[in-house]
Amino acid sequence: MTEVWQLWTYLSEGPLLWLTVTLMAYLAAERISLLAGRAPLANPVLLAVILLAVTLWATGTEYETYFEGAQFVHFLLGPATVALAVPLHANLGRVRQALVPMLAALLAGSLTAISVALGIGWLMGLEMQALLSLAPKSATAPVAMGVAERIGGAPALTAVLVILTGVIGAIVVSPLMTILRIRDWRARGFALGVAAHGIGTARAFQVNETAGAFSGIGMGLNAILTAILAPLAASLF
Amino acid sequence: MIFPITVLLLFQLLGEVASRLVLPALPGPVLGMVLLLGALVTAPKLAAAIRPTANGILSHLSLLFVPAGVGVVGHLDLIAAHGLALITALVLSTVLALAVGALVFAGVAKAMGQADD
Repeated sequence: MTEVWQLWTYLSEGPLLWLTVTLMAYLAAERISLLAGRAPLANPVLLAVILLAVTLWATGTEYETYFEGAQFVHFLLGPATVALAVPLHANLGRVRQALVPMLAALLAGSLTAISVALGIGWLMGLEMQALLSLAPKSATAPVAMGVAERIGGAPALTAVLVILTGVIGAIVVSPLMTILRIRDWRARGFALGVAAHGIGTARAFQVNETAGAFSGIGMGLNAILTAILAPLAASLF
Repeated sequence: MIFPITVLLLFQLLGEVASRLVLPALPGPVLGMVLLLGALVTAPKLAAAIRPTANGILSHLSLLFVPAGVGVVGHLDLIAAHGLALITALVLSTVLALAVGALVFAGVAKAMGQADD
């Protein structure tokens, strides 16, 4: 028994164990998502996170220890964001053609995300710091956290809100677009990138390549616009 | 495989430099994406060289959000502390932003006679 314990202590302190477990949890989540026919609720990010959270809880592992291994996956978010230039380039003709609808949808989507979040939060009596943390939550995490810090929000709370926004967007988008009868993949993808950043974009790539490309553009453009609009909207409060 | 990865990292690095020196409001990777797009437009051969790797990473974009997502689980008490207000604002603003964004896009595209489907 002590040998097993020693082995566990050895493995659980190095990065190998939790890197491997992260990939295994993702593969399992992907399998479940595929078996469920890419059903919105069987979102691979959500499923993998639940599997890992339960595993960490059951083994009494601290997040810091887990992240020692998972950081190698987390690091790839940067290069992956840069890689969005490739589908963007492949769709450049359609992007140029759709410039006006894109800019209109960007402004409408970004304004809606910020003003509805602030409006409902204010109406429901949310305290000021939480309100300011909420304002930039549709933008990609580093931008949203930077904006939150500048306007007096709490970046740690914003990070949580950003991830939850992404998961909510990725789950509701397909049924919502069906109800609204929007079949244009450009519109669906772009709106998703604006409202739900990279997690939305991950969902968009699952469903359709055009939607993925437009989602990536929506995410990039809303990073820029949120950095401008959120401080303006917050100054009203 | 090493070449495309190097290209992606190089442009992320250039983006970080641009972010530090010119546009601190935007994160390095977003600026790196813009810079790489510029490079792909001027050198289309580069696109062919990095496409398989880029598409490979992007087809598993979900995986990359998992570590941050696990971190969120430990901070759900931050959300719970604010009761229903925070989660209501989060859900409604996201759903409405999606609906408004998509409707405006489709509406404007239709008005300009450039439907795509």
